[in-house]
Amino acid sequence: MRNTKYEKIANRHPSKENRVQNALLAFLSGGVLGVLAEGMIEGFVFFFDLKQKEASTLMIVVFIFFASLFTALGFFDKWVKKFRCGLLIPITGFAHSMTSSSLDYKKEGPIYGVGSNMFRLAGNVLLYGVVSAWFFGMIRFLIGGIG
Amino acid sequence: MYFIRSFLFCGTLCMICQIILDNTKLTPGHITSILVSLGAFLDTFSIYDKIIKFVGGGALIPITSFGHSLIHGALAEAERSGFMGIFMGMFDLTATGITAAILFSFFFTLILKPRD
Repeated sequence: MRNTKYEKIANRHPSKENRVQNALLAFLSGGVLGVLAEGMIEGFVFFFDLKQKEASTLMIVVFIFFASLFTALGFFDKWVKKFRCGLLIPITGFAHSMTSSSLDYKKEGPIYGVGSNMFRLAGNVLLYGVVSAWFFGMIRFLIGGIG
Repeated sequence: MYFIRSFLFCGTLCMICQIILDNTKLTPGHITSILVSLGAFLDTFSIYDKIIKFVGGGALIPITSFGHSLIHGALAEAERSGFMGIFMGMFDLTATGITAAILFSFFFTLILKPRD
């Protein structure tokens, strides 16, 4: 059954969200995350004496850790509802989608629940990332001038 | 200076995506897929590397950086071992992120209960 009637009704009543406020919130939260990332990298380099590359890797791990923890504790979803793209576009969104989908299917068991559904939402990022990276990599390789 | 650039870059990217999300029928899944492809495209000719050098940490956080690291690892390996390097080096740089995400979400799923 196609729900064209539902779509008609839904199109007649567009959601009355405040788009300007949404955009500003996304701008602020995304910016704060960017500043946190830069601060973490400089902090790791300064205090732990790491190299720039190791520090940025550690920074990403820390971000993923806290995003997964807050998602599992339950209050990251409320933040995502409020800030939307500000939290979904950074790497926190990737960790959030993986943790929330595996938590949602926890009751179906460890194999067919958690195992099969962990990449339910994050899979598109991996798939299109690998496909486009392969495609553009081939173009760069065939044109030559690698390096 | 890097802090201001990070704030502006990451914030602007998130704001653009929020505007797209609000005004079209695309879902967050569409937008993240487009951004990953965009990151891979931008690094085909090392443009994203320049952005990272200019912006700093703010450019490593958005999901575009994921596409960038995929193709960056692939090309770096291709330089060493030829054609097969594209296949071998694909996950070289993103391995940390993917491994961390899998491990942490698995352990937190084991320990904690879902709630709504």
